[in-house]
Amino acid sequence: MLTIDNLDVWFGDPPDRVDAVKNAAFSVAKGESFGLVGESGSGKSTILRAVAGLIDSWSGRIDVDGRPVHARRRDRAFYKTVQMVFQDPYASLHPRHSVDTVLSEALGLQGMGDIDRRITKLLEDVGLGKGFRFRYPHQLSGGQRQRVAIARALAAEPRLLLLDEPTSALDVSVQAEILNLLVDLRAEHGLTYVMVSHDLAVVGHICDRLAVMQHGRIVEIMSVEALRKGEGTQEYTRHLITASA
Amino acid sequence: MTQSLLQVRNLRVTFPSRQGEFHAVRGVSFDLGRERLGVVGESGSGKSMTGRAILGLVRPPGRVTADRLELDGESILNLPERRMRKLRGSRISMVMQDPKFSLNPVMTVGDQIMEAYRLHAGGSRDIARQKALEMLNAVQIRDPERVMKTYPHEVSGGMGQRIMIAMMLAPDPQILIADEPTSALDVSVRGEVLSIMDGLVRDRGMGLIFISHDLNLVSKFCDRVLIMYAGRIVETLAASDLHNARHPYTQGLLSSLPRLDAPVKRLPVLQREESWRDGELQIKLSGKI
Amino acid sequence: MSESPITRPQSRREWLLSDAPQTRRQARLGAIYQGWLTFRANKLAMFGLIILILLIFMAVFAPWLAPQSPFAQNLAGRLQPPSAEHWLGTDALGRDILSRLIHGSRITLFIVGTVALIAPIIGLFIGTVAGFAGGWVDQVLMRITDIFLAFPKLILALAFVAALGPSIGNAVLALALTAWPPYARLARAETLTIRHADYIAAARLQGAGPLRLLIRHIWPLCISSLIVRVALDMAGIILSAAGLGFLGLGAQPPMPEWGAMISDGRVYILDHWWVAAMPGLAIFIVSLAFNLLGDGLRDVLDPKGAKE
Repeated sequence: MLTIDNLDVWFGDPPDRVDAVKNAAFSVAKGESFGLVGESGSGKSTILRAVAGLIDSWSGRIDVDGRPVHARRRDRAFYKTVQMVFQDPYASLHPRHSVDTVLSEALGLQGMGDIDRRITKLLEDVGLGKGFRFRYPHQLSGGQRQRVAIARALAAEPRLLLLDEPTSALDVSVQAEILNLLVDLRAEHGLTYVMVSHDLAVVGHICDRLAVMQHGRIVEIMSVEALRKGEGTQEYTRHLITASA
Repeated sequence: MTQSLLQVRNLRVTFPSRQGEFHAVRGVSFDLGRERLGVVGESGSGKSMTGRAILGLVRPPGRVTADRLELDGESILNLPERRMRKLRGSRISMVMQDPKFSLNPVMTVGDQIMEAYRLHAGGSRDIARQKALEMLNAVQIRDPERVMKTYPHEVSGGMGQRIMIAMMLAPDPQILIADEPTSALDVSVRGEVLSIMDGLVRDRGMGLIFISHDLNLVSKFCDRVLIMYAGRIVETLAASDLHNARHPYTQGLLSSLPRLDAPVKRLPVLQREESWRDGELQIKLSGKI
Repeated sequence: MSESPITRPQSRREWLLSDAPQTRRQARLGAIYQGWLTFRANKLAMFGLIILILLIFMAVFAPWLAPQSPFAQNLAGRLQPPSAEHWLGTDALGRDILSRLIHGSRITLFIVGTVALIAPIIGLFIGTVAGFAGGWVDQVLMRITDIFLAFPKLILALAFVAALGPSIGNAVLALALTAWPPYARLARAETLTIRHADYIAAARLQGAGPLRLLIRHIWPLCISSLIVRVALDMAGIILSAAGLGFLGLGAQPPMPEWGAMISDGRVYILDHWWVAAMPGLAIFIVSLAFNLLGDGLRDVLDPKGAKE
């Protein structure tokens, strides 16, 4: 579903150029759930944003669904395949747009008809009732906002969902709800996930495999079983595991 | 826990709102001795507001009332701002979540620590400087002379938080209130900062109120834990007893965390019950009083 | 996460303040009502609003409210002090100052209204495009803005009017053309903070093009701060318009424009103070009202104030 090879991402121009990701490579199979873990500044979110087309300054290869993506321009077919859920549900919803506006815009942009029925369906899918349709973000809790953000991402009926720390801004009990929702949605819609998180337990819950990143490089790629047993081959991985236990 | 440094009885914080009054804290009572007390709850549980109320940092139109709010036997409830300011820093200090927002961006780190110290202890610049260096040493900053000259944006998050702790502990307060002091930090730095804070609090025989959303962290780090829900303390536990929690809310919080060592298909979801808000609670104020 | 079933009929207030609106209309009206409640809490702003409503009322019903014609001269009764017959006295041509002020409110409102409509729209457009596009577009647009900002407002307006010929329409145009740069600046600054927000990124991922992002996502957020700014700038615009009138480059005699009226009274200011003072007072009151209104609007519209 997603193949990344030799990916470099940088910000700024020389001499101030900062290399955020260096020589990253991994691939995610259809239906798989892949985690990217690391500490802040390790470049994990940057990879996600480069895949989504939110960062232009990258080189290397990003293949989505077997086809290389264009460095700058993404077409509608791309957005129908790949969608993203952001970290902070307080920043990822437009403060002046109601849930209805957000979802109808997303559906409209994908050229979908029958918007009324689809909005109801989307809200049900993410566990919000019809009653939430005309609310504004300030009338929603953090967890509800994140559900709306997930509904928006699902509007395009994508196959690859990029999750950028989707629960780190939420309370633990709400985190559990959202994680369950993500697990259910993957099963129902046959989605592929790439999830960024600093929380190994969350990645362990959602993902099958993961890549550990440090200073912009992928240190190692391992399975979640190995993670559970604490079997990092690299010193840094083992350090992370002990620190978060 | 021989005597209590801080006594709180029936503390309430109320804000006016369009739909009537909003009660952020509804009758919180506890005693703090020379111990490390954790206050745990989710957002909106009133845990931060409790800390702010003790420090007199609740801004109008918020209102703070209590039957008793005493520091070392002396009432500190709704003191005039001037006296409160003197109290803050010298006798009670606070470490906030993000050092980036709590440090003054246009002053060097050294000047800020020195100022914090001199404001409360007076003395010459030389003494303050000596003290600042000593404090930076105490929070295990390797090259304090250099760090003294840096500006807050030049230091990392973990370093910033250590500087905050140094600054807050410079005037030797009796109580430190730490509100999510490590939430903005990476896991690997987190442990270090916590152990530094822990060591300082222990050595000086201070009382610590550690406010956090992270039950496990608090249980590892504190002696006693208060669990807050909807503005009330629903359960008080010795930290070592956390896994024997009796209140369903505490149990729910614990079980809703994904765990690497115990994988489950679905995480148990907390079903909030109305009775938790107002139901009868059996809470002893502290283990030994 | 439960929908509260409606078990009893809600009062209108409850319906408006509901956190779970059932229809689009309820949501919109609710948002407006919330804003109104915030605004109403600001006593001074309400005071400003009442004055402005009175001003509009005065302008609309001027012919019926004014005791006399604003143009009727009476040379025998010139420069009369305020009295029962002429509440605010008469001017050098014996015209009733109160009547002139009442009719003048129409001109003031016309000038203010038109400038307040044109200038922010130009500013919004230029500012958001510059901020959103960045690069050379930003450079060019902002340098143009800088050029306009480099001249004192009134001098630039004077130059425009001088070139276009003195008339009230040209005065409005000149004022609008000189008033937009600060709005462009403001809109650009807002755009720069918004454009990297996650919700813009999310909309981009939905496939929204730049035009849609600009109009549907960025404008609604810039407009509120512009409205506040316009309300606060109104006083300045009224004063500039009066300034042009005073210099004889705005409304032409015998139109009862307030600035021109002060200018007329200037000659007699020592002996017959009311001729200049009354229109001056009118300008002062209306400017103040707009400032108070702007303050109240800031409470309502400023996103930073809009916390829980």
